[in-house]
Amino acid sequence: MAELGDFALILGLAFSIAQLALSASARLRRSTVLAAAGEGAAFAAFVTVATAFGLLMHAFVVSDFSVANVAANSHTEKPLLYKVAGTWGSHEGSMLLWDLALTTYGAAMAFFGRSLPRGLKATAVAVQGGLGAVFLAYTVFASNPFVRLLNPPVEGRSLNPLLQDPALAVHPPFLYSGYVGMSVVFSLAVAALIEGRVDAAWARWVRPWALAAWSLLTVGITLGSFWAYYELGWGGWWFWDPVENASFMPWLVAAALLHSAVVTEKRGALSGWTVFLGLAAFSFSMLGAFLVRSGVLTSVHAFAVDPKRGVLLLIILGVTTGLGFALFAWRAPTLSQGGVFAPVSRESALVLNNILLAAATATVLLGTLYPLIREAVTGEAISVGPPYFNLTFMPLMAALVLLLPTGPLLAWKRGDAAGVTQRLWAAALIALAAGLAVYAIQDPRKAFGALGLALGAWLICGAIAELVERTRALRVPAVESWRRLVGLPRGAWGMTLAHLGLGVFVLGATFETAWRAEAAETLPIGGALNVGAYHLVLKDVGPIEGPNYDAERAIVVATRDGRPVCTGEPERRLYLAGGQTTSEVAICNRGFSHLYMVLGERRDGASGPVWLIRAYWNPLATLIFLGPVIMALGGVISLSDRRLRIGVPRRREQAA
Amino acid sequence: MRFRAALAALAGVLCIAAASDPSERLPDPAQEARARAIFKDVRCLVCQNESIDDSEAELAHDLRQVVRQQVRAGKSDAQIKQFLTDRYGQFVLLRPSFDVGNVALWAGPFLVVGFGLVLLLFKLRNREPETELSQAERERLRRLSQDGLN
Repeated sequence: MAELGDFALILGLAFSIAQLALSASARLRRSTVLAAAGEGAAFAAFVTVATAFGLLMHAFVVSDFSVANVAANSHTEKPLLYKVAGTWGSHEGSMLLWDLALTTYGAAMAFFGRSLPRGLKATAVAVQGGLGAVFLAYTVFASNPFVRLLNPPVEGRSLNPLLQDPALAVHPPFLYSGYVGMSVVFSLAVAALIEGRVDAAWARWVRPWALAAWSLLTVGITLGSFWAYYELGWGGWWFWDPVENASFMPWLVAAALLHSAVVTEKRGALSGWTVFLGLAAFSFSMLGAFLVRSGVLTSVHAFAVDPKRGVLLLIILGVTTGLGFALFAWRAPTLSQGGVFAPVSRESALVLNNILLAAATATVLLGTLYPLIREAVTGEAISVGPPYFNLTFMPLMAALVLLLPTGPLLAWKRGDAAGVTQRLWAAALIALAAGLAVYAIQDPRKAFGALGLALGAWLICGAIAELVERTRALRVPAVESWRRLVGLPRGAWGMTLAHLGLGVFVLGATFETAWRAEAAETLPIGGALNVGAYHLVLKDVGPIEGPNYDAERAIVVATRDGRPVCTGEPERRLYLAGGQTTSEVAICNRGFSHLYMVLGERRDGASGPVWLIRAYWNPLATLIFLGPVIMALGGVISLSDRRLRIGVPRRREQAA
Repeated sequence: MRFRAALAALAGVLCIAAASDPSERLPDPAQEARARAIFKDVRCLVCQNESIDDSEAELAHDLRQVVRQQVRAGKSDAQIKQFLTDRYGQFVLLRPSFDVGNVALWAGPFLVVGFGLVLLLFKLRNREPETELSQAERERLRRLSQDGLN
């Protein structure tokens, strides 16, 4: 079966090359027959790569240890879900997942791109084929997941148990469909540059792909963050780890792109910048793939280090982005400049949004790569950790959040500052009052926490104020407002939800960071500790046996003011195959807040054994993950907008 | 009891917010809080991008002890960080220093903002005035509006 998979993979490579060649010559000869053949090759590439992927998954499910990749990353005792997830748990498998996403998007573009002008479509399909060929060649020749072992082992070496978790099992597919979704935007940007036309219609074709990729990436990053929160056992959810940064940069660029594409679509302005972002989004995706796999960065997430692969990926990254941006430098000056706008206008607000998001991306990029550069230049190693990002990224985001609610209320071309102030004063007042109230009530007193809360409230109230404005609530009869509310286009709902979600996230992140409480004690059975307003008693610790691990499980009873609240059962697991220990935390939901318990190591106390028990009170922690989910939901709802589904009326075929 | 023995042997392999371990804590809560704040800025040198507040590695344990001793001895935050950098170099601090070598790092993001704002101002200043209609366009407009009247 592995040979069949290998064969399918090579066939996929051949189809991708055919896709590039056929579509390119279709564009040159203006032949519809060749264009259709190129699209056919895109479908065939998708089918063959999907077959290869299915065969690798099959090898994992049946534990075929004669395949080196399966032997290194699976184990017979592993539950089925994690055998399946093992398919993308290694470097080779995850590259195959990347290829699958790339060819899926290629086929999707061939299928859904019917409203695209023929010339643009053929060029874009050709570029997508080129990307597919490069990455498939890399997979086939440098990172083949189907390599056989001469002497297959009886048992596999298993997946890292930290990764044996439902959220993490589905995290890579979301992340990769997000990363690779940017490839369509890249292909369309390159095609637009070759065709020399970037107009409102082009921006409208790009938007659904960028929206889908951004939404998937949002879900992927959130799943990873949620996993870190409950699996790593120290209650943190974002560490500014290089690999987290690698996934965050394409997200920031895609967010900027979504906003600049609106300006290009509605006003024909910023077309060069939108194309630039389209190229940058996938470049950052590829940079992430390189950083994670090359071993140039030390990170908890990094795959096994292999310098040869790192060099190859660096070459791919350099050549593809180099060609893209060289093309941009050559063709961008010919793009039309587009409409004019006043200093106070929606265009200006969106440009400011893009400046701040670009600066935020630069912060993350510098923080990730500067240590490498400085060490290469001066030989002195430095560290860039969370304190750096708190001082640079946070002020930029605060400025962005302050600006955000004004954007949707400003008119295109020339806005009315007095009108916006009038519509937002209530929101500003509520946000200010909320901040002051929290500053006065919450103990300990934290100015930054209060400021963050005020910003979150400002975003949420701003989003509501925008709905009020759109429905003319309180100014027209309620029935009329309701009619307007229901009649709002889905795109408008999507935007409002995404902004609301950001507000929810800011609230949660602020509260959790500023007012989390922590306690740790070594307790005998019957011992107790206090965290926040809660009193925790260690009732019992006993052994349990899992499918491929042994564990100790503690029973911790939490009470508040003498009333029982919940019982947590944190575990400390030992995975026998690899010999690793992991902790399974117990989380009690209290409204949107979490009581978070961790069972630590067992020690010898004065009278019998004691256990290290740590507990956190994480106020409003659920909102940290709920916010991004609302944002992604906004993206999906916007994606279902009728205008995007139907697309622009087909423009007359250019003399292309 | 197989797994208990293995658990005991493997104790410490797992990295979980180690700094809160009660056996390491300082008796004075104010001093302990100060030490914890310093931990968050100090890198566990042998770990992968972790502060000594989070890491359970042996070296992180030793560094915590050093910091706690110095806090107890009444040293200031700056003195303690100076001591650490003298011993281990800039690499030990998670917050890079504001020195000449790090200008690009600290100023970079704000330069991007400045550059973007200059471009925006340039674009706003060079706004072309609403262009006058050309002779042909005026003629076309006249014909169109006449169509409307007829």
